[in-house]
Amino acid sequence: MTTTSLMGYILEEDVELTLGELCHSCRVEADFVVELVEEGVIDPLEPTATQWSFEGSSLVRLRRAASLYRDLGVNVAGIALALDLLEESDRLRAELARRRLQP
Amino acid sequence: MEYKDYYKTLGVERTASQDDIKRAYRKLARKYHPDINKDPGAEDQFKELGEAYEVLKDPEKRAAYDQLGSQWQRGQDFEPPPDWEQQRGFSGDGGFSHMGGMGGMGAGDFSDFFESLFGQGGFRGAGGFQQGGFRSRGEDQHAKIQIDLEDAYAGATRQITLRQQRVDEQGQVVNTPRTLNVKIPKGIKPGQNIRLAGQGSPGMGGGPSGDLYLEIEFKPHRHFHLDGKDLFLELPLTPWEAALGTKVQIPTPTGKVDLKIPAGSQSGRKLRLKGRGLPGSPGGDLYAELSIHTPPAHDEAAAELYRKLAEAAPYNPRRHLEA
Repeated sequence: MTTTSLMGYILEEDVELTLGELCHSCRVEADFVVELVEEGVIDPLEPTATQWSFEGSSLVRLRRAASLYRDLGVNVAGIALALDLLEESDRLRAELARRRLQP
Repeated sequence: MEYKDYYKTLGVERTASQDDIKRAYRKLARKYHPDINKDPGAEDQFKELGEAYEVLKDPEKRAAYDQLGSQWQRGQDFEPPPDWEQQRGFSGDGGFSHMGGMGGMGAGDFSDFFESLFGQGGFRGAGGFQQGGFRSRGEDQHAKIQIDLEDAYAGATRQITLRQQRVDEQGQVVNTPRTLNVKIPKGIKPGQNIRLAGQGSPGMGGGPSGDLYLEIEFKPHRHFHLDGKDLFLELPLTPWEAALGTKVQIPTPTGKVDLKIPAGSQSGRKLRLKGRGLPGSPGGDLYAELSIHTPPAHDEAAAELYRKLAEAAPYNPRRHLEA
């Protein structure tokens, strides 16, 4: 057993990812990412650049998208809708939890 | 180890068609998918479904599984038949392939029961790849950690233990525990991820390791709740404190502070303490939400005082309902 002390970076604030890094991390093909970009599910930082890079938060969205595609067979348009609804559901769930805490 | 009844897991008969199996899996996967179902047990249930589907969707694996017979009961103590590996034509290097699979499950996500029947799969040829000059980056790993609100305020170091796969000298995939001390960056919010470059699964053939992503969850706090970087505290007051104004001591994650309550305050009013939310650029604020608690008229003396107050300060809080 090894013990190492590590300093990481906050993905959503400090990290930019290349298309290759996104694909590797989420185990998807670049074509799938292109389809999601065309559907507006994730956005490259500079869409007209020859090499796309993405905010770190895109990785979280892409992981969810890939999981919906693989596990449930949802197509790209369905993924876009499902992600928006899931995020709304998360927001409402957090709001509900907050209200429940209040006496 | 325990026998797993994959048909029961998917709720289908042993005679179910491949279409029935797919339909049953999809239906249950929608129900228990961890992105959809936030119940604590949903993720484990989803893994069980993924494992059952991994076997039953593949005619070869399903036939092998069916050979065990239908006399087994779920949870029954199980050992594979002694000649299992010879019968199935694999001996560690895997006649079966199941790297990834539906649900993006890696080999390490499957149960001991599954692995005893079908091996850990996928990675077993790694030794051969290495000799042939194959080089690839390791998989990224994702895990969740729970921290206290105070950890996000001041920063902290938390020890975590991960199960990590590596390929040993014999080319076998082995799961080993790995303990890391991770620094929690100041100002991190719930749901955000810490990226630890190069701390994921080891690469193959000298390839670089993948990255490790740790999703942050906050333990519930007895006083505060967060909204973004802003922190909220429900502050109970007596009616006379709210009416006359006062100074009260309130907790913050960095210690107690005095807060002035203006005279004439009502329930629901929010008093802001600038810059006392989660740290950052910009940092958040702390809001004390006033909540007026009325003491019970538990004896005649208290009731008489309420009656005197009603006479001395007539007040109708329902005026807006009368129009």
